[in-house]
Amino acid sequence: MKTLRSTLCYSTAALCALLVSGLPNISLIASESFPTAKVNTTGLAVTDTEVTVGQLHSATGTMAISETGSIQAEQLAIEQINAMGGVLGRKIKIIVEDGASDWPTFAEKAKKLLVNDKVAAVMGCWTSASRKAVLPVFEKENGMLYYPTFYEGLEQSKNVIYTGQEATQQIIAGLDWIAKEKKAKTFYLIGSDYIWPRTSSKIARKHIENVLKGTVVGEEFYALGHTQFGSLINKIKLKKPDVIYAIVVGGSNVSFYKQLKAAGITSDKQTLLTISVTEDEVLGIGGENLTGFYSAMKYFQSLDNPNNKKFVAAFKAKYGVKSVIGDVTQAAYLGPWLWKMAVEKAGSFDIDKVAAASPDIEFKEAPEGYVKLHNNHHLWSKLRIGQWATDGQAKVLYESGLIEPDPFPKGYQ
Amino acid sequence: MMLAYTTSELTSIFTMQGFAGLSLFSVLLLMALGLAIIFGQMGVINMAHGEFMAAGAYTVYLCSTLTAKFAPAFQPYYFLFAIVAAFFVSGSLGLLVEWGLIRFLYKRPLDTLLATWGLSLIMQQTFRSTFGAREVTPTLPDWLMGSFKPTETIDIPINGVFVMGLTLFITAAVMFFTFKTRAGLRMRATVQNRMMSGAVGINTKVVDRLTFAIGCGIAGVAGAAFTTIGSTGPDSGSRYIVDTFLVVVFGGAASMLGTVASAFGIAQTQSISEFFLQGTMGKVTTLLAIVIILMIRPQGLFASKVRRA
Amino acid sequence: MNTLQKRLFGSKEGLLGTLFLALILVVVLPLTLDIFRLNLMGKYLTYAFVAVGLVLLWGNAGVLSLGQGVFFGLGGYCMAMFLKLEASDPITTKIQSTPGIPDFMDWNQITALPAFWVPFKSFPFATLAILIVPAVIAYVVGAAMFKRRVGGVYFAVITQAIALIVSLGIDGNQGLTGGRNGITDLRTLLGWDIRTTFGQYTLYFTSVALLLGVIMLSRWVLSSKMGRILNAMSEKEDRVRFSGYDVSDFKIFIFCLAAMISGIGGAMFVLQVGFISPSLVGIVPSIEMVIFAAVGGKRSLLGAVYGTLLVNTGKSLFSETFPQLWLYAMGGLFILVVVLMPNGLAGLWDDYAKPWLHGAKKRLMERPPVDVGETKSNAPLAKII
Repeated sequence: MKTLRSTLCYSTAALCALLVSGLPNISLIASESFPTAKVNTTGLAVTDTEVTVGQLHSATGTMAISETGSIQAEQLAIEQINAMGGVLGRKIKIIVEDGASDWPTFAEKAKKLLVNDKVAAVMGCWTSASRKAVLPVFEKENGMLYYPTFYEGLEQSKNVIYTGQEATQQIIAGLDWIAKEKKAKTFYLIGSDYIWPRTSSKIARKHIENVLKGTVVGEEFYALGHTQFGSLINKIKLKKPDVIYAIVVGGSNVSFYKQLKAAGITSDKQTLLTISVTEDEVLGIGGENLTGFYSAMKYFQSLDNPNNKKFVAAFKAKYGVKSVIGDVTQAAYLGPWLWKMAVEKAGSFDIDKVAAASPDIEFKEAPEGYVKLHNNHHLWSKLRIGQWATDGQAKVLYESGLIEPDPFPKGYQ
Repeated sequence: MMLAYTTSELTSIFTMQGFAGLSLFSVLLLMALGLAIIFGQMGVINMAHGEFMAAGAYTVYLCSTLTAKFAPAFQPYYFLFAIVAAFFVSGSLGLLVEWGLIRFLYKRPLDTLLATWGLSLIMQQTFRSTFGAREVTPTLPDWLMGSFKPTETIDIPINGVFVMGLTLFITAAVMFFTFKTRAGLRMRATVQNRMMSGAVGINTKVVDRLTFAIGCGIAGVAGAAFTTIGSTGPDSGSRYIVDTFLVVVFGGAASMLGTVASAFGIAQTQSISEFFLQGTMGKVTTLLAIVIILMIRPQGLFASKVRRA
Repeated sequence: MNTLQKRLFGSKEGLLGTLFLALILVVVLPLTLDIFRLNLMGKYLTYAFVAVGLVLLWGNAGVLSLGQGVFFGLGGYCMAMFLKLEASDPITTKIQSTPGIPDFMDWNQITALPAFWVPFKSFPFATLAILIVPAVIAYVVGAAMFKRRVGGVYFAVITQAIALIVSLGIDGNQGLTGGRNGITDLRTLLGWDIRTTFGQYTLYFTSVALLLGVIMLSRWVLSSKMGRILNAMSEKEDRVRFSGYDVSDFKIFIFCLAAMISGIGGAMFVLQVGFISPSLVGIVPSIEMVIFAAVGGKRSLLGAVYGTLLVNTGKSLFSETFPQLWLYAMGGLFILVVVLMPNGLAGLWDDYAKPWLHGAKKRLMERPPVDVGETKSNAPLAKII
């Protein structure tokens, strides 16, 4: 973190130097046309030259594995925004806090960022539990959270912008595709034991039973960190489902796929669709253990469009050629940009005005392609099915149209 | 529900289920062996045991990376050497820890528990700073992957067989060491009566150090073996620690046989209850059963003494 | 010095110490810290309840439990259930398929309030449950184990397993407990908003008052005949047993008392933080709370409070500045405390500050000391500062 921050300091310093020498009046003009007193009426940390935002992820603890990508993507976006002149002529300064994979710590740090540091926005959280822990804080102190992870839905707040998919956006189109493509009728649902897999599994079951007229032959949840799937694999063999629908996360993921392979369940004999494996997870699981299985995501690193090529190149330039970009990392990258556009549309940093300006914002340069913010603070996005190859990259086989976010789906409750 | 299957299918499932139980048994036993030596023979609670396993796993990862870089031709065989390396890496770490920390705390078991917990935090952060927060997986040789098919419907995972074989080998080696060698004799003597052992000329300090190092080394081997079934992250060790302690306590400390029996019992209970119950609750049921049995029979399965450490 | 005072505060030194702590908590901290930091302190103080319980249990009865987080959590869950029911009135929750039940139940297709939740609609019941539930669980566990003379590391390992079971059990029953997310978004207590600045000040001072009360209660227990037996037990348990005492009953009592105290802490935690989750119940928080007590000095009731505040403030500041180094600091602290200062801060005070103060007093008074031996003696009252 220290090195990241110091790199950031250096680059900011370099940019300032550049401004002083080459472009002396940009910031001058900006802060003249947007005087601080006018754009900041609620006492946020905004000066004539600078605006402070917070970043709240786990740098330590069990979730650090997953959150690292988001931390990097958000910092990249902010750096790029600063290089373009910042927001309303003000450079973005980041205060980084560590939630340490511990929900009370998340709540504590969120409060610190909002109450003490008066940040104009917070990019952060990853797990549902951490979001649930900070949500009351954001609502009470009136802050703005940009939350990057695909999640279970059933939530909508004035104070949160959800840049990942809510459950139906990820599940329904994927199930439709697999049912059509593989003529699948029987499904085995397997997840880690917390709210996101459970809610996703519930939605998947309703869709399978009511719309696809298929059957769910098994539904199981294992504690996070569970590593022994021998009994489960035998149950799968007994039930012989057309599709294994996997929502296993974290360390369990690796054991799950390794043991599937070792038990002879490979893609030539068994169709498996997961909504919890991105390029980040593949790094731990190993591409050879996943070859031929499918993931349903809105973004894959291999997406072939100019926005994404630029994004991947910038990301690799900053964090090394070996770094990989998963769905959530890309969603995290959207956060600072969506905030910048909302602030500029509102002409103000005030939380209420930013929240009100957020709906209908379009981000055409998004690596995943065009996205648009819905009234309910979620994004319209596409769903893609990727098939994993040994090198840890996915081949995109299918792309849906833009799907409307619906965090409280009727008929799936 | 079950009626819809043919007898041969059911036989295959039960065979594979039996194997799953055995495989879990060997995993638990391998984890617990090192701890059984340290806890059972020395009365030291080593909360950093899981981290010594992780150190072994990272050693394999390192070996894998180095092999891929410098000697790709060696790739199919490196794993066996990596296991030996894991033993020595974790063992020498253990030696260092005994010398720097544990030896001051022999008379205060509860304090050892806290100090080694602190050690585990430090080791975790060291892993994180060195290898990154992400989980890593060594590239395994092809002969370890895939499955062995005695009939059309039965798949026996080769990595499971490998772990089982390794467990068998290590258990035999530990038994041999304890009961058939001079060093083992000295170790048992020290356990039974430290003062007497000292008096007859056994250097009990050296015995302690060696015992601790061997226990840690075996933890390293366990960690190395687990790279075939799971991944390695900075927190991997803490995932195993409670299970490991329960195996040892349930078996009755100071009894190698007890550890074996208890690993077997716990593995079968867990594997069967996971087959019939749903996910998490299978695990909870197993743990609950262990704790209740321990409350009724605190001395564990195989021990005669009443325990008050 | 009259007896009651002696029973509640210990020696004169204990009285001064308690007053000093009260001064810091009631006057100094509220005047110097803004409401955000003070609220944090309030949160830390709730951990101090657990640490005080551990001083009784570990420092005085010689039994180390690595599952105190369970009792903290049980107290917290009892309080949270009450608050959640209050927050889930049919009007606020009208968008749910079943209005009037907590939101997470609705998400898990539960259509009626589970039976064990129903009594938590009553505040007196919830308050009673905060005290009784942890104590009952502690009684069951304690009776089973102490009667069979399980102690030491075995007790530690088994309580640790219990912590794991309880946190997994809460995780696995999402519809009934809120699962991994816990019970969140708690807003009011009997219609009174707990999130306002005024509310937080009130809750902070309530925590302080309860904590000081608990400390005095603990000291009262320790200065009773039972306290002296406990002291004897931790030195030579067999001799106490041979003298005809049933050692296990005392241990069970202290275990229940410590559990009850932890439960109060949990309830105050929920009020100040606004949620509870299984992450406060499991192995890691339970063992961290042991280190709070150890830093303060495992035999010192007041030390436990200082230890808790110090470690947590350190954690908070350290993780704001060097998030990556925090685990090194914490790990190092564990080792340092255990190896170099087994009696924690209280030990340092006894060994260095007190002789020095005593010397200073002597020089001031120019009078030979009368009770020089007492500072070093192991008399129970002197130890229970």
